[in-house]
Amino acid sequence: MLYNIFIDPFVQMVQMPDLLVQTLWEGLVSGVLYALIALGFVLIFKASGVFNFAQGIMVVFSALTLVGFYEKFSAAGFSGHTAAFVALILTAGVMFVLAMLVERVVLRPLVNQPDIILFMATFGITYVLIGLGEMVFGGDPKQMIASELFLPSGSVDVEMLGGLVSFQKIDIAAAVIASAMIVGLALFFQKTRIGRALRAVADSHKAALSVGISLNQIWVIVWFAAGLVALVTGIMWGARSDVSFALEIVALKALPVLVLGGLTSVPGAIVGGLIIGIGEKLGEFYWGPLLGGGIESWFAYAIALLFLLYRPQGLFGDKIIERI
Amino acid sequence: MFYRETGQFKQSYAADQAVFPILQDRLGLALILLVAFVVVPLFGNEFLLASVMVPFLILSLGAIGLNILVGYTGLLSLGSAAFMGVGAYAAYKLSTIFPGVNILVWILCSGFFAAGIGVLFGLPSLRIKGFYLAVATLAAQFFLQWCFVRISWLYNDNPSGAIEVPARTLFGLAITGPSATPVTRYLVVLVIVVVMTQLASNIVHGRIGRTWMAVRDMDIAAQLMGIRLLPAKLLAFAVSSFYCGVSGALMVFLWLGAAEPSAFDIKLSFLLLFMVIIGGLGSMIGSFFGAALIHILPIVIRGLPEALGLPIAAATVEHLTYLIVGALIIFFLIVEPHGLARLWQIAKQKLRVWPFPY
Repeated sequence: MLYNIFIDPFVQMVQMPDLLVQTLWEGLVSGVLYALIALGFVLIFKASGVFNFAQGIMVVFSALTLVGFYEKFSAAGFSGHTAAFVALILTAGVMFVLAMLVERVVLRPLVNQPDIILFMATFGITYVLIGLGEMVFGGDPKQMIASELFLPSGSVDVEMLGGLVSFQKIDIAAAVIASAMIVGLALFFQKTRIGRALRAVADSHKAALSVGISLNQIWVIVWFAAGLVALVTGIMWGARSDVSFALEIVALKALPVLVLGGLTSVPGAIVGGLIIGIGEKLGEFYWGPLLGGGIESWFAYAIALLFLLYRPQGLFGDKIIERI
Repeated sequence: MFYRETGQFKQSYAADQAVFPILQDRLGLALILLVAFVVVPLFGNEFLLASVMVPFLILSLGAIGLNILVGYTGLLSLGSAAFMGVGAYAAYKLSTIFPGVNILVWILCSGFFAAGIGVLFGLPSLRIKGFYLAVATLAAQFFLQWCFVRISWLYNDNPSGAIEVPARTLFGLAITGPSATPVTRYLVVLVIVVVMTQLASNIVHGRIGRTWMAVRDMDIAAQLMGIRLLPAKLLAFAVSSFYCGVSGALMVFLWLGAAEPSAFDIKLSFLLLFMVIIGGLGSMIGSFFGAALIHILPIVIRGLPEALGLPIAAATVEHLTYLIVGALIIFFLIVEPHGLARLWQIAKQKLRVWPFPY
């Protein structure tokens, strides 16, 4: 038994390095996608202190909107690529309207309420979006318009370490786009005027207000940014599988990523995502059979819990200072 | 005019410290109990009893359990459905291993199993706080749900993977299984819920409850005042899980009749959290209000188009229900972030000075 737990998996890893690389790659890719969702959470949490549960459904909603617009345009006779990109821009517009609505209808009346109330309000948003999405687009899974958006398909097989390792092209694209997006966000946060305002708000609402930063405006921007992140995440996840409300469950996977990295840290979301993604795949592949399989559903949480016991504020979170 | 404490003089400390110090409150409570015990079973139809009242009471019990943890002790938990599941599976195992013992004994005992598991998953709460703790309790949710699927011993190797409730009787009356009438099931649930609510009310009004509230308001300050955090928090987890466990056992045995692991999924946890927050954090009556709103509202919305004769497809109604419930959640939070219980309090206060404005 002990041998099976502590030695055998490692022996397998060494004996079949190609499988190990394959597993690591899959973990890396799902980690990147978890990190993308977690990034949306972190953006909003930093700027408004809202633990935005609706991020997951925003992913689904934006992807559905994109596909829905595309279907309308291609039915109207536009060619594939034009229709796809017009739809993309319009979807971004929808996310902007959504951000405005959320700020106006939900956040503004609830300003200065306890965190848990705002958390619950985002549940309300989730329900509204589920209802709206299903009513407008129907509950059936849809095909993501990957090729129309110039996303590659198929796979690259690389021979290494005595075996074939196959990389899905879409996964490579996902990793590249996610990295680009993260770099872009980092630049936006560090170099632009709005980014500085965002960081000020994240530090202290009151201080930011007192130097003349409009909180309401910042919230719209942040929710819009989170909406764009959701859109990109939706496209990537949708291209890997279908676009359906099942994606919503992926959002729950982002939670351990989030606490692992620390709720307030952008690099934390990325590192956390990679740790969870790789840990989950390795755990499922090498230790899963011992427990009867399917451990993917809770393994991520177990990893996060272990890390949290060691560092209660997450790996990169701000240190929690408590005063009486 | 009629709801006023004028002229009601207290002659002992006990009377002054009573949970309901005003006579009209006590009369109102007696009236509610009378309606619940006599009027509803006599005049309620099968649908009202089996699909509205029984689930409402069971969910209220679960909401009370979660409220003890979230509302009174301030520990955010998203694993309550899993603890309900522990209660349900424990009651099922016990009742099939020892069929001779009365089922009600096992339903109540199942709470202790849930409490044990709850304490185990409550251990990290000493170090982890806030949303971090909520995610830690999600580990309990997913791990336990996985156990319900994978450990076949828990459901007696039933090929369907579900637990089916055996038929059991009390004083010759069938109370579980297909032959139990809705009226008997309703009354059994009602008695258990009333007794356990009374018990919970006593706990939270006593020393233990005050300890919890001190921990909720600021745990470091509570610690400085000599409250030991570990026992206080673990006790909150234990009592909360006990209530959730009993409510889970009741849910399977007296409401659903059979349950698959998916009955205890994360959606139920979120629903319970809704109930607690919409109803009012740290309020017994709020748990009932919340359960009523969250459970009964969708039923009403679903029934409305049919009642009004509007031709709307069933699927659309389902989507509309989501939309409306979501909008109402936001609406209630904006109107009164402290929950329906606070609205109730304000209404009572207004009634007290009525017909004068203040």
